[in-house]
Amino acid sequence: MEANIAIPSNREKTWNGGAVKPLGASYGKMMMWFFILSDALTFTGFLAAYGLTRFKFIDSWPIADEVFTHFPGLHGVHAPMYYVALMTFILIVSSVTMVLAVDAGHQMKQKKVAWYMFATIIFGIIFVGSQAWEWKNFINGSYGAVKTTDGKILQFAEPKLDEEGNKVLNDKGEVVFEQIALSDFIVDERTDGRVQHTRKNGLWFEAEETIATYSVAQVQNAYKANSNVQIRSERIDPTTKQKIILSREKGMAQLAKTKLVVEGANLKVNEYGNTIFGDFFFFITGFHGFHVFSGIIINIIIFFNVILGTYERRGHYEMVEKVGLYWHFVDLVWVFVFTFFYLV
Amino acid sequence: MAHAHESNTKRIWIVLVILSLLTTVEVILGIIKPDALHLTRFLGTSPLNWIFIILTLVKAYYIAWAFMHLEGEKKWLRRSIVWTAVFLICYLMTLLLIEGGYLHSTLAPLVKW
Repeated sequence: MEANIAIPSNREKTWNGGAVKPLGASYGKMMMWFFILSDALTFTGFLAAYGLTRFKFIDSWPIADEVFTHFPGLHGVHAPMYYVALMTFILIVSSVTMVLAVDAGHQMKQKKVAWYMFATIIFGIIFVGSQAWEWKNFINGSYGAVKTTDGKILQFAEPKLDEEGNKVLNDKGEVVFEQIALSDFIVDERTDGRVQHTRKNGLWFEAEETIATYSVAQVQNAYKANSNVQIRSERIDPTTKQKIILSREKGMAQLAKTKLVVEGANLKVNEYGNTIFGDFFFFITGFHGFHVFSGIIINIIIFFNVILGTYERRGHYEMVEKVGLYWHFVDLVWVFVFTFFYLV
Repeated sequence: MAHAHESNTKRIWIVLVILSLLTTVEVILGIIKPDALHLTRFLGTSPLNWIFIILTLVKAYYIAWAFMHLEGEKKWLRRSIVWTAVFLICYLMTLLLIEGGYLHSTLAPLVKW
């Protein structure tokens, strides 16, 4: 019956949901929680779709360790995981400074709140910047590959050599291969004279896609000329969980079907493997990055309110607590994105 | 709010240490990928993947309980959020992952390698 009875409420607080506080939470805080719940389900939808697609292509999905291998300042060094681990750590630290700001708010320490908010904003900006760098590496690619008419990506590999020039063998006595870039075995410049159309020359300009560094024929000829180069297919050997290396002859047959030289990644094609892998990467990390970005903007607004003494006059720092919830949620989502994109 | 004026900084730092340690363990395992965990199978995937997922859930627990302060909220506010999310996420994940496996078993034989 209680729900039907009008409870006299303090009119001044009507905008905060009136005097009644269900579950002991203020209106704003509870609404933030239910917004977070719905947003969590949105991310779940994306990650579940990613999971479905990954199971669908379980025998050819790109291996994250081989895709994300860059670290700032280390050129050509194979450094899987370190960079994302650093990004994850940065975001966790920003979560800590945020929760310290909330804690200082409970004690009504305006200056402390301001400093912790400031630190949170800085860490947030570093994180988004790191993500931009990660995107840059992903878009530019590192090795280059070719795409066949039946939609498969072919990468190139050669036997790994130790310092004395001998082939490295694994414990089963098989030759270990390592991926090589197109420029590692193709020596000449592009030979067919094809250049990018630009607006400034030509009477009739039509926009076109970026022209690859090498032509298809050039890649095929270079493969024929280098007997140590072999094709690395998209397919994963279930016993070793490594990509299968094709024999010279098989590789030649596949390479004959080439239609496109692929360098880097975009929404239509990427050198790492399945197109949809790149699409999910851009979409999910992009959607998360957009959350971080809007979190930074909201944090900045609240930061100025703290400096101006708005919450000091209001008598409480609940607003900091509410943006804090949002910020932690962004961190929470990253923990899952990190696991499902980079680890699993 | 009963907890309004006491400081929780000690707990916050402890949670930071826990989260950093868990992430470090994940990264080390992700780089080494021990064959015994990576190439074996357990409940539909490798034990290594299960370790990653469990450690992730532990991290999520600490973020939600300590940082988002669910531990200090009323029991039913906490339940209305956590139970709803956990139920719907499990439901959606189960359906879509089973469907993904089915798609693979149906379509993979048609792909010529």
